[in-house]
This record gives sequence, structure tokens and C-alpha cells, in this order.
Amino acid sequence: MQTTLSPESRTSLATPLPEKHAVKLTINGTVHHLELAPWTSLLDALREYLHLTGTKKGCDHGQCGACTVLVDGKRINSCLTLAVMKDGSDITTIEGLADESGLHPLQTAFIEHDAYQCGYCTPGQICSAVGLMQEGRAKTADDIRELMSGNICRCGAYPHIVDAIQEVMQLDPNA
Amino acid sequence: MNSFSYARPSDISMAVGELVTHEGAKFIAGGTNLLDLMKENVEQPNRLVDINRLELSAIEDIEDGGLRLGALLTNADTAYHPVVESRYPLLSRAILAGASAQLRNMATNGGNLFQRTRCYYFYDLATPCNKREPGSGCGALNGYNRIHAILGTSDQQPETTCIATHPSDLCVALSALDAVVRVTGPKGERTIPFADFHRLPGDEPWRDNTIQSGELVTAIDLPAKGFSDYYAYIKIRDRQSYAFALVSVAVGLEIEDNRITDARIALGGVAHKPWRKPEAEAMLVGQMLSEANFLSVAEALLAGAKGYGHNTFKIELAKRAIVRALKQAAKLEPAS
Ligand SMILES: Cc1cc2nc3c(=O)[nH]c(=O)nc-3n(C[C@H](O)[C@H](O)[C@H](O)COP(=O)(O)OP(=O)(O)OC[C@H]3O[C@@H](n4cnc5c(N)ncnc54)[C@H](O)[C@@H]3O)c2cc1C
Ligand code: SF4
Ligand code: FES
Ligand code: FES
Repeated sequence: MQTTLSPESRTSLATPLPEKHAVKLTINGTVHHLELAPWTSLLDALREYLHLTGTKKGCDHGQCGACTVLVDGKRINSCLTLAVMKDGSDITTIEGLADESGLHPLQTAFIEHDAYQCGYCTPGQICSAVGLMQEGRAKTADDIRELMSGNICRCGAYPHIVDAIQEVMQLDPNA
Repeated sequence: MNSFSYARPSDISMAVGELVTHEGAKFIAGGTNLLDLMKENVEQPNRLVDINRLELSAIEDIEDGGLRLGALLTNADTAYHPVVESRYPLLSRAILAGASAQLRNMATNGGNLFQRTRCYYFYDLATPCNKREPGSGCGALNGYNRIHAILGTSDQQPETTCIATHPSDLCVALSALDAVVRVTGPKGERTIPFADFHRLPGDEPWRDNTIQSGELVTAIDLPAKGFSDYYAYIKIRDRQSYAFALVSVAVGLEIEDNRITDARIALGGVAHKPWRKPEAEAMLVGQMLSEANFLSVAEALLAGAKGYGHNTFKIELAKRAIVRALKQAAKLEPAS
């Protein structure tokens, strides 16, 4: 199959590009003004335009949770929303969890519990766990497993992930 | 993804106007289904009309004791709303059985009604699919059809065959609750009883529902009767969480002196729309709570069911799930 287009056919195929949109995002406390094509996902805006590569792209289809970030305090999959739709929002990524006093307690707990192997899912797991704790719905280890099911770990570090979250939630580990 | 332009209207009439003036435009709410399908090139809108700035996120009491859910209210905010939890726990349970916490934070009630089938051939542009490309055939009929429908299918003419299911959990509960969908379109407002919102494939499998072009769902009304004492939602799937239903069952019962006075049963994962059969439900009225009665209703609900090979197991699975859901709703068995 011919894969390279001749210059003429390229022009004939070309449709005028829709205009870019001004998008204002406050990310980890810093205001960013971007000019983005409408199809730029929030995930691509973070990784490709702001070089915040802590947020990972696993499936790009809402099926793995690697891209989880907090938008206006709520955990979402950044691959299934457009940056332009989030104009004006306040976003927290894995890069924004630590502060001058050190790592976020969940980051520390993930290290202490060895809650990963390759680490690819970890930023999404941690952001998701921050959202989980803010939602305040998980009371038991089973609740954590259910409400963290949107974060797949291909390495299967689940038991340690649950332990780490449970410790930070100061739940009874036998619950 | 194809190239498209973007608009962000600030009121309902502007939003509807966008769809009237731009052929090929689509509304976008949470984006969790539409963007997924756009990345696969299954959907190719030339303009996205972002409805997220419209004021459609309220939850409010309505006359005659019902509850109105705004179209833009997220699935999570609906499921965890104290009024929904106490008066419509069946709806909460169904929503929380779907997708993941992140997706429920994004997905809207309006968008959930329109989510498209998860049929693999619908997603695969290299295969025929009457839903995606009218008249091209159905890849699933003689293909791998484990997740497909067993009731109300269309399989007589190659160019109109479709055995897809509607994948929603929320819609199964809305069906059992006899919800009403409120829409605003170019011709004004109208309401659609839930049973008439989705359709069977018939001779137009490319049409999932009865919405007219340019119509915007503004709210979903729940009637007063919420079955909050006796209800169950059972979802059978390949893994315990974050998976679509193979079969799901929503049950609402009213019981007095050990006899059933009202019954609703809706099935998910078995048809092109949530499956109800009022005649089967009526069989339960006046009856005692017994497994034998539940089994005959299950048989009646599955009457005429047809398997296509890989999905034939769903017929027996659905019957057993119905009996179990009825037992749980009647509190003969603890909720699972
Ligand atoms: C990995 C994954 C797993 C999932 N698992 C489940 C599950 O187990 N159970 C389940 O029920 N769902 C599940 N879902 C589906 C999810 O619930 C739907 O994608 C979601 O509800 C769609 O809502 P949305 O607001 O994101 O819609 P969008 O994607 O924004 O829109 C979907 C369609 O609806 C139209 N639309 C949206 N709002 C309106 C409106 N107000 N009026 C008119 N048209 C409108 C849009 O034009 C578009 O065509 C899953 C999704 C993913 C990605
Ligand atoms: S079942 Fe329906 S959606 Fe699936 S391939 Fe056949 S026509 Fe398409
Ligand atoms: S990359 Fe977003 S869910 Fe997988
Ligand atoms: S640590 Fe490897 S995917 Fe989770």
C-alpha cells in the first residue's frame, strides 16, 4: 500500500485546520495559558505541551486509570476529556502532591509498602487514592479494592497498594 | 481522530441551534463514550458542542413526589446523593455497579442514555456492521458473539441484522423505575417515557433510540415510587468490578403480608434496550414469595430468547439471575 502522498494529493486532501483555542489551566498551583487544537486531550496537554510526564498514558481509552488526575478536586481519566473542555479548571497531577515538607503521605506509604513493580501505573494509583480519600466512601479493604478498580496494575501489586492506602486512611488492616 | 471545530454555548437554545445549523455536529458532555469512539474513528463529528456550561446539574423534587435529575449531573453525584440513596437505592446500586470511580465522576446521566454498544465489530472499522455502516452486514451474527443479545434481536435480513446489546447499568434501573426523559429540541420540549426512549434494532439497527436530530436531553424524571424497601440490582460479569454486564437484573417489589402487590423487573446485557415484560411482572402480583413463583416469572421473561452460539449461556444465566434478584429483593437472601 502506498503510504507517502504526493505533494498534490496532500493539498487536495487538506481541509482547513480549525482554529486553536485559548485554554487556561491552573496546574499544581501554577496558571498556564495555552493555545490548543480542540482535539488535544487533557492528558496530551499535560504530557506534550506542559511536559508534565508524571501522568501516564496506558490505554488512552478509559480502561486502565494510568492517566488519573484530579480536576477541581475530583479524580478523572485525563485521556477521555479534552483540554479545551477543562478551560478554567484547577488540576492536580502527581507532580503537585509533594510540598516543601516532603512527600504526600500516600507517596511515602507506596514506597514503604513496596506498592509497585515497574511503577507505570503508580502516579495514577496515587492520584486515584487521593480522590478516593477525599470522597470518603471507602470504609473497609473491600471498599478500597472496589473503589480503586479503575486503576489497573499490570504487575499485580494490588495487595500492597491496598495496604498502603489502608495505612494512610488509618483503617484497621484486618477490616 | 478526525479534525473538528468546537463550540461552548452558554444556554440551551444556543446549544440546540448549534446542532440545527451545523450538520454533523454532536453534543459532548462527559466525553467518556464519544471521545473513545472518535479515537477509533467510529464517530466522526465535524463539530463538538460542549454542553458542560449549561445549567443542567440540579437535582430537585417535582410534583407528585418524584425527583428530577439534571442531564449534566454526573453518575457519581447522582448515586451518592442522599435523596437518591434513601428514596431510589436501586438507582444508586446500578450506577455504582458501572464503570470505575473516575469514569463515574465524568460520565453524565444524559450521556449514559446515549452510550453506544460495546459490540467488538461496531468498534472495528475493518469488519461489516449495520449499526456503524447501514447495509454493510453484521460481523457478530456468525462471528464471536459472547456478549451479544438473546432477546429482541434482528436477524432475518443481512442488511438489517443486529444482535448488539445496550451496555448501560443506569438505564436498567431507570427502566425498572419507569423514568421519563425530558428533551428540548428545535420544535420545543417533549417528554419520552423510558420504555420508548431506546429501541429494538428492527429494520433500522443504526438507530439506538427515538431522539430526533438536534434534541438535547435536559433531565430525567423519576416517579414517586422508588421501591426503597424491596429492591435488588445484580450484575454478572467476567470480573467483579470495572466490567460491562453479561447479564444484569434490576428488581423493585412492593410487599404486604408476604404477598407481592407490585413488581418491576428490568434486564440488562440481553437486548438492544433494557428488557421489560409487564405481563411477566403482573404474574407476580398477589403471589406469595416463593422460588417456584420466581422461576415461572423468569421463564416468562426469557420466552422467545435465542442464542447465537457463544452467547447461548446467557439464557440460563439470565433466568438464574432473575430468581436470585427476586429473592434478594424480597429479603429471602442477603444482597450480594
Ligand atoms: C472503560 C469503560 C467502562 C465502562 N463501564 C460501564 C459500565 O460498566 N456500565 C455503564 O453503564 N457504563 C459504563 N461505561 C460507559 C459510561 O457510563 C458512559 O460512557 C457514560 O455514561 C457516557 O456519558 P458522558 O457524559 O461521558 O457522554 P459523552 O461521551 O459526552 O456523550 C455520549 C453521547 O451522548 C450524547 N449526549 C450527551 N449528553 C447529551 C444530552 N444531554 N442530550 C443529548 N445528547 C447527549 C453525545 O452527543 C454523545 O453522542 C464505561 C465506559 C468506559 C470508558
Ligand atoms: S451486532 Fe449490531 S453493532 Fe454488532 S456488528 Fe452486528 S450490526 Fe454491528
Ligand atoms: S490512559 Fe486513560 S485510562 Fe488508560
Ligand atoms: S507497578 Fe507495573 S503496572 Fe502497576
